[in-house]
Amino acid sequence: MQYIDPLWPAYPEIFMLAMACVILLADLFVRDEHRGITYMLTQLSLAGCAVVIWMTAIYLNTGETMHTFSGMYVADMMSDVLKLITCFGVMSILVYARDYLAARGMFRGEFFALVLFAALGMMVMISANHLLTLYLGLELLSLSLYAMVALQRDSGTATEAAMKYFVLGALASGMLLYGMSMIYGATGSLEITRIASVIADDGAKNLVLVFGLVFLVAGIGFKLGAVPFHMWLPDVYHGAPTAVTLFIGSVPKLAAFAFVIRLLVQGLGTEEIQGHWQQMLAVMAVLSLIVGNITAIAQTNLKRMLAYSTISHMGFLLIGIVAGGLNGYASSMFYVVVYVLMNLGAFGMIMLLSRQGFEAENLEDFKGLNQRSPWYAFLMLLLMFSMAGVPPTVGFYAKFAVLQAIVEAGHVWLAVIAVVFSLIGAFYYLRIVKLIYFDEPADTAILAPRTDAGLLMSLNGIAVLAFGVFPQPLMTLCASSILASL
Amino acid sequence: MRGTGNTRMTFQTFIFYFLSTVLVVAALGVITARNPIHAALLLVLAFFTSSGIWLLLQAEFLAIALVLVYVGAVMVLFLFVVMMLDINIAKLREGFWRYLPLGSVVALVLVVEMSMILMHRSGGFGDVPMPPSLPAGYSNTKELGLLIYTEYVYPFEIAAVILLVAIVAAIALTLRKRKLSKYMDPSAQIGIRRKDRVRIVTMASEDRQDTKESGKADGEGKSA
Repeated sequence: MQYIDPLWPAYPEIFMLAMACVILLADLFVRDEHRGITYMLTQLSLAGCAVVIWMTAIYLNTGETMHTFSGMYVADMMSDVLKLITCFGVMSILVYARDYLAARGMFRGEFFALVLFAALGMMVMISANHLLTLYLGLELLSLSLYAMVALQRDSGTATEAAMKYFVLGALASGMLLYGMSMIYGATGSLEITRIASVIADDGAKNLVLVFGLVFLVAGIGFKLGAVPFHMWLPDVYHGAPTAVTLFIGSVPKLAAFAFVIRLLVQGLGTEEIQGHWQQMLAVMAVLSLIVGNITAIAQTNLKRMLAYSTISHMGFLLIGIVAGGLNGYASSMFYVVVYVLMNLGAFGMIMLLSRQGFEAENLEDFKGLNQRSPWYAFLMLLLMFSMAGVPPTVGFYAKFAVLQAIVEAGHVWLAVIAVVFSLIGAFYYLRIVKLIYFDEPADTAILAPRTDAGLLMSLNGIAVLAFGVFPQPLMTLCASSILASL
Repeated sequence: MRGTGNTRMTFQTFIFYFLSTVLVVAALGVITARNPIHAALLLVLAFFTSSGIWLLLQAEFLAIALVLVYVGAVMVLFLFVVMMLDINIAKLREGFWRYLPLGSVVALVLVVEMSMILMHRSGGFGDVPMPPSLPAGYSNTKELGLLIYTEYVYPFEIAAVILLVAIVAAIALTLRKRKLSKYMDPSAQIGIRRKDRVRIVTMASEDRQDTKESGKADGEGKSA
């Protein structure tokens, strides 16, 4: 029992953990008026982590799949790509959220520490090759998120949202654990690669395996927010401070995608078992598309509306996974990356419009944005078009890729449902565009965000357009990462 | 699960079923008890019996840790919290009877379905091999220690980070400076100087008029 596994594949996680602890301690010595130092340190450590991921991927690991920590940790191209996007996503969240947090007394050291720990949790999930690490990463992420939602502790809605999130999240974790214990009982291993080989040898006759799978899928459904496990999503998105909603609604979906790929595709990916979970995911996808798109129409609160839109986007993500094969998983990965990009922009815009003591979270607050700030109005138009799937924005291409994969896989009816409900969903995205361009503004203040937030927002909006016109590099990246990890 | 392979009723099987029955009844009691104190005590019973089941599985260390940590520390703390908080039980249980019929139907269906799958002749737990029995001097505490610090060091570290996050979150969510609380700042207390407290007043001396009066005036002067 010698411990000789190399540490270097896990350098990004080690770096992140060390920096989170450093920031936690350093913040004690920073006075309230210099809190910007903590902010800069957090940004630097995220950037540093991105550099470490890059260096490890390029110089140490030359493109092959590396296992370490007795097979509990895996570093492959998919993990590198997803972790890099996670780091950049978290950095943009902090840029957007800076003013918002400062105006609401949340610009505190604990927030940044929790953000870094949540990012660490996501990285652990993305690189997990063992049910135990998968679960622990998920818990690390969730625990940080619960605390972040509740951080505005004098706000009743935030506390309520945190409580709901916590209770339902604990329930989902319980289901996942139960399912994992069944998988362990059936295969005798917790290591994902070994589970896969045991099932391949055994021929997956075991009923216990399928039984555990049901609980796993339910737990995954909870975490993704797919119907019928979506009840927490609108309340949490609505109740949480917008900066935290932005966090919950964006990067963790990357980790959830990795979770699905590692657990279902790599672990339980033999043909027979795959047939079982494909059916379950297909049902969840259809329900998510229906409920998400139809309920979103009735919402007057933008955060709630985006929550339902998230549910429908998760439906699309699941369709890509149901399609299976290289094309399906790659299109799913493309979709989730694009989803993160669009949600960052949309929630970032809500925060740019908010001021001290005012939350621009209702649809009316967007009325006449064009007369107030034409450039930001145009960016919001791009984001909404992309969410609705209007060409030439990237949202169109993402939906198109998923639909192409599912038609190739022979499930035409799923594609038809997806198209019909995307058309219905287009209504509520376009309603925002109408409010922005054709209604009279109630409030004539011109948007004056910080320079960095404004620049990032412009970049975000333009990226949505640019990736739509040239989707090929991103698609190739997704396809080759999936190919490397299948 | 120990008895499903053979139909012979051994003493171990008997203990298993006894403990499981107590466990299930206690767990039901936790959610149905009207008094939160009773619920907490029933939870203690549930922990205790499940540690008995772990002993049957030859996992002594875990069984003892469950009793020491959960029964000894966590639940006692929990009882303190329940006793200190003024919980409105009637309001808390408002929805319980209303949702009970639907909830129990769902639970019953779940239990029936689960047992149908798990008790199935082929592919259920009957197919899962029995774990080999361990030699007499086997110490699973030592094995656990070896594994945790070698093979499982990565999850072990992540669990430690989770605990750190729990500490950070608990402090961030509950620590607040109260404006109304009356407490002394020890560093301010020991940092005090004589000149902050005592003022020496120099006065011109006065002529003595009457012994009684001057004594009174002196006293006033001192107190001033």
